[in-house]
Amino acid sequence: MDMINLTIDNRPVSVKRGTSVLHAAAQVGIKIPSLCYMKLEDLNIENKPGGCRVCVVEVEGRRNLAPACCTDVAEGMVIQTHSMRAIHARRTVVELILSDHPTDCLKCAKAGNCDLQSMAQHLGIREIHYEGEQSTFREDTSPAIIRELDKCIRCRRCEMMCNEIQSVGALSAINRGFNAVISPAFEMNLDHSVCTYCGQCVAVCPTGALTEVDHTGAVIRALSDPSKTVIVQTAPAVRAALGEEFGDEPGTLVTGKMAAALRRLGFNYVFDTDFAADLTILEEGTELLNRLTAFLGGDKNVKLPMLTSCCPAWVKFFEHQFPDLKDIPSSARSPQQMFGSIAKTYFADKIGVNRKDLVVVSIMPCVAKKYECSREEFSVNGNPDVDFALTTRELAQLINLANIDFKSLPDEDFDHPMGESTGAGVIFGTTGGVIEAAVRTAYEVFTGKKLDRLDYTELRGMEGLRHATIDFNGLPIHIGIAHGLGNARKLLEDIQQGKSHFHAIEIMSCPGGCIGGGGQPYHHGDAEILKKRQMALYREDSGKPIRKSHENPYITKLYEEFLGAPMSEKAHHLLHTEYFDRSKS
Amino acid sequence: MPKIKLSQRTIEIVKEICLSFENNEGELINVLHEAQHKLGYLPAEVQELIAHELNMSIAKVYGVVTFYSFFNMLPQGEFPISVCMGTACYVRGAEQILHEIKRQLNIEVGQSTPDGKFSLNCLRCVGACGLAPVVMVGEKVYGRVAPQQIRKIIAEYQEGCVRPEKHEM
Ligand code: SF4
Ligand code: SF4
Ligand code: SF4
Ligand code: FES
Repeated sequence: MDMINLTIDNRPVSVKRGTSVLHAAAQVGIKIPSLCYMKLEDLNIENKPGGCRVCVVEVEGRRNLAPACCTDVAEGMVIQTHSMRAIHARRTVVELILSDHPTDCLKCAKAGNCDLQSMAQHLGIREIHYEGEQSTFREDTSPAIIRELDKCIRCRRCEMMCNEIQSVGALSAINRGFNAVISPAFEMNLDHSVCTYCGQCVAVCPTGALTEVDHTGAVIRALSDPSKTVIVQTAPAVRAALGEEFGDEPGTLVTGKMAAALRRLGFNYVFDTDFAADLTILEEGTELLNRLTAFLGGDKNVKLPMLTSCCPAWVKFFEHQFPDLKDIPSSARSPQQMFGSIAKTYFADKIGVNRKDLVVVSIMPCVAKKYECSREEFSVNGNPDVDFALTTRELAQLINLANIDFKSLPDEDFDHPMGESTGAGVIFGTTGGVIEAAVRTAYEVFTGKKLDRLDYTELRGMEGLRHATIDFNGLPIHIGIAHGLGNARKLLEDIQQGKSHFHAIEIMSCPGGCIGGGGQPYHHGDAEILKKRQMALYREDSGKPIRKSHENPYITKLYEEFLGAPMSEKAHHLLHTEYFDRSKS
Repeated sequence: MPKIKLSQRTIEIVKEICLSFENNEGELINVLHEAQHKLGYLPAEVQELIAHELNMSIAKVYGVVTFYSFFNMLPQGEFPISVCMGTACYVRGAEQILHEIKRQLNIEVGQSTPDGKFSLNCLRCVGACGLAPVVMVGEKVYGRVAPQQIRKIIAEYQEGCVRPEKHEM
């Protein structure tokens, strides 16, 4: 290997050619501050505009300070990261940013999680020696995301996520100089743009410029209204991340404590979206088998591959960008919406509550779920199936407000009947999980045989595009998996050009799947956190007594008592949906 | 922004321009230049069409249009007035010149007069620093302009001038 030797802060360092000074320093435990730079290792996500200059270091023999994030190491380089000049320059840069930044820290949604705030603390900034004009941008509120660009530091992480990783193209840097800002075309509001609400811009924004719409107030109001029965569902990925908000190691599973906290918050029933994930598998799996059988029977009109449809950002993406393919995704609603639909019919009847007096709250790793539950087709006479979708972060906020000491909570169970779930439902939260859950059920239904193994490791992993072939009793089923919408785009273009050989494709918008969702505790650029959450979900799955959706006894009961069979007329009406061409709007 | 419907002819012109640059995203600036040259300005609808032809996001096209001051999103007056705001011009009083033009025409930068005669824009250095401060009306350059001359310059164009040929959208 081609190694380069250099000296950083008087310590010898030997690293591979092409390494940046920032990474070389990190290898010997020297943490050069950085602000605009961000890298998610193994996910091919890197933001390196070299814009903020917080990372400047002194390089012997060079007149100017060099930005460590975008300066490659060279043989014999001598670097000082904390010379007086470097520290001074760093402080000046941050003071200049702060001089055009609202002094909102005490009441900013990002306080405590803001990289700019921590940087000011890190550098010991106690005074701002510069005074200048303040930017004033119009605040933009959409169904899911708030843009407060007075707090934007032009790091362009959001732009990189939206364009390079998601290939959505909703955001771009516009204008120049003092008026430069990141915005949708023609400075239109986000909700008029092609934005999918995936929330990945929110997930990486270092400041409070991009945040989710806060629904905690509305939920507190519902909880304190005695005329309302308030029930809650929690998505699979939440249990693998919520603990981080209370100081747990990433990858700690807090399923039991989460159920206990929700009960203490006053929810009348604490249910699990995993139950609805099992239901999704029965509907979507049946749809897949129907399409497959028709296809094998020579039906030329049948659409294959079938694409999953549980991610609302992905749905909005193809509605805008690939409307010609809108017949290909499964018509199955997402687990969140299946839950809401069943809760406000089957469950409301069971407990004798009118749907208007039943409030359904969901806890999601996701920003787009806020938008999804506000879509018109998911309401009956103006009453939505899911009233409010909170992010994992908002749940942590609610728990704090209610004076609950999360870490000392006992483990509790979910309530019945919509709290029972299988291991298959749990892994919905990670890339590869939905299709693995579907395979477990589809295989047994299709072949009539018992599976001899449940862990389809060939479907697991973190690569952005994966594929595997599963043997259905002599019939090879080709499966594709994409996470990140840019990767999804590649598979869709193959389909458009007739080059796709897949039978089924799973798509999730967020890198890593929902574990990396825009509503999760901030990862601050550490991809290890996502991997640990992923492992946690597989752990929860393997510890479950039942690991196949079709064996969930409460799902069986739901079909017997209420729905009839998967894809029945009633199931169609309550659990399936249609898609719209949004390319013209 | 008011929506306009592009005529079939305009759509063809824009598509031809894009095609002449092989619908290459990397040629965006040249495409925009050519389109502005042919159409006079770049309304949202033209930017959307260009984005579509070059297979790139509308936000990116808009980002480039707003980055360079020589692109206009609003129709230009019959006689577009540009004031150079490069360093040399600025130092030699471009701001007072600009102020005077705004006052006399009663419009802001980026706007046109209600009769459509004049529009006003700022430019970065036009490279005529020896003549600073510089004002351009259409293609004509006025050097070493003093605020007192503005009235006379504008009057030159008030009447009796040939209407330059411009394509209708
Ligand atoms: S939510 Fe997703 S699609 Fe929308 S602007 Fe952010 S990154 Fe782009
Ligand atoms: S909105 Fe946030 S992520 Fe985007 S450029 Fe501004 S500070 Fe960076
Ligand atoms: S992958 Fe999951 S968290 Fe991300 S947008 Fe889709 S549903 Fe939401
Ligand atoms: S972190 Fe290096 S320039 Fe911003």
